[in-house]
Amino acid sequence: MDASLILLALMDGVSYAALLFLVALGLTLIFGVMRILNIAHGSLYAWGGYFAATLGLAITSLALPPALGLPALFVAAIIIGGLLGTVLEFFLLRRILDKDPILQLLVTFAAFMVLEDLQRLIWGVQPIFVSDVVGQLGTLEVAGVTYTRYQLLVLPSVAVIAFLGLRWFLRKTALGRQVTAVTHHREIATAMGVNTNRVMWLTMALGGALGALGGALASPTTSFTPGIGAEMMVLSFAVVATAGLGQIGGAALAALMIGLARSFSIYLMPELEVLMPYLIMVAVLLVRPEGLFSTVATRRI
Amino acid sequence: MPSMRLAVVVAVLVAAVLGVTLWVPWLKTPVLIALADGLAVTGVIVLIRAGQVSFGHAMYACLAGYGVAFIGRALHLDALLLIALGTVAAALAGAVIGMFMVRYRGIFFGMLNLAFSMVLFSVLGKFGAVTGGTDGLRFDRPSFAGVHLEREGFEIALLALALGLAVIAGWAVQYYFRTVDGQALAAIKTNETRLEYLGISAKRVFWRAYTLSAGLCGLGGSIFALTQGLVTPEMGYWVRSGEVVFIAVLGGSAHAIGAFIGAFVFSFVKLYAAALLTAWQLVLGLVLIVMVFVAPTGIFGLIEKRLRAKPAAGHGGTP
Repeated sequence: MDASLILLALMDGVSYAALLFLVALGLTLIFGVMRILNIAHGSLYAWGGYFAATLGLAITSLALPPALGLPALFVAAIIIGGLLGTVLEFFLLRRILDKDPILQLLVTFAAFMVLEDLQRLIWGVQPIFVSDVVGQLGTLEVAGVTYTRYQLLVLPSVAVIAFLGLRWFLRKTALGRQVTAVTHHREIATAMGVNTNRVMWLTMALGGALGALGGALASPTTSFTPGIGAEMMVLSFAVVATAGLGQIGGAALAALMIGLARSFSIYLMPELEVLMPYLIMVAVLLVRPEGLFSTVATRRI
Repeated sequence: MPSMRLAVVVAVLVAAVLGVTLWVPWLKTPVLIALADGLAVTGVIVLIRAGQVSFGHAMYACLAGYGVAFIGRALHLDALLLIALGTVAAALAGAVIGMFMVRYRGIFFGMLNLAFSMVLFSVLGKFGAVTGGTDGLRFDRPSFAGVHLEREGFEIALLALALGLAVIAGWAVQYYFRTVDGQALAAIKTNETRLEYLGISAKRVFWRAYTLSAGLCGLGGSIFALTQGLVTPEMGYWVRSGEVVFIAVLGGSAHAIGAFIGAFVFSFVKLYAAALLTAWQLVLGLVLIVMVFVAPTGIFGLIEKRLRAKPAAGHGGTP
């Protein structure tokens, strides 16, 4: 493996990790606040991607300025995440908070099944792939390796901005502090006057939008087919579990680890590519049952 | 529930299944698949007793299925032997993986199982030279108890066997729940620390239950593989595992019979929803959501309530 291949694998890994991190961030945020692992989160990724592709096609067919392509990805994510997040929170998650954890998992699994089929009915089974945005932004040459600007600059910076923005929001704003309070203890936060329902709704909309953003940003470089949501669900869980449930900073590192491991295995041992995330997760959990970065006190399952 | 009345319900159900299948021949395959699912679900019900759900137990059905296919292709053994070997293979795998799994509870238990099942799923899909890749492995219909049967006869024989195994497995699981080990298993859900204070190792109790559940899933997987004559990695996909847990909750996880009630309802909703709407997941997902809110104890929970409420009335449950 020579230097340029290593560089290529690094860039592949980082851009993939950025997407993985966005999805995992949404999942871990929702888990932190609701204490429910939202299995339907993978569907938000898929819906975000499909909807972004639909908007992309609309921009071309309506002959709108192509510069709208990139902002359209974000618009798609916010619409889908806000909409589906709100529906899921209001009709399902809010109503199962006190139920048996088994039933909670199953309800989100049922929501996942419903969303998968709806997605199939809306967008069909043919692969959808709209890559105009990548072409517009052009390529960049780093030490003799040509790479798309979109994957090298846009994706990692969005991930970093999302990470820093969320940290700032949770630590510095009044609303963010309320979210943190609910994460620590829902009942006590309610007793202190926090509007828990509003916080949970906000979390679902925000977490959902992050999942959908992952999908929307993946849509220019990935062809979307049925089943992609199921795949992303387990991958993002692998990231979250490796890091420790509810660990935001840890999720960034875990996403990088899994992203890089995957991209290097593509060049070194292609058979292991799909296996890599799970092998890492299994290896980490066998040694540290609660994930790499969690402390016993923060985990209350 | 009074055991006499339950025995009557089971007898009625078995007779109904046999009668309907002999009456309508094309129902044989869906009924066989429902029975195979039901057997796997009894395995999941064992774990639910301990308050744990696995989102990866389809891997044991898948392992057993591939075991049946490999051995069937290489050695052309008898169907009965293949089922036994598949089940043992799954139980052995469960015993080994279980040694790690018993340390985890809750979401981590469910999802670590999922991770293991995804490793298996990916390996089966990737190493196509050995496993046939995503197309899976096809194998010839084996002899049944030493007799070579045509498809029709083979399915009837397999169906009778599966029904018998379903009754035995259901009874055995219920018997197990009443033993000391089974009671200790239920205590893992209610208070694991107290169990340890009694001098019983929760991990060992759970390990035995895990092995049993893997074996039951393997039994279901072996019968499924023989019904189809084909195994694919899809058998072990995590969504499949989720469906198995779903069936357990749909049918009612308080009793092994719930597994089979759930499996039949699931199969037939799937069959009809797929034929009418092509969107069977949508229908089943909505059914599950409604069930969780209206009847969290499952269909068997509803039947049980009826039986309890009206002791004089007959048995209210046919599939």
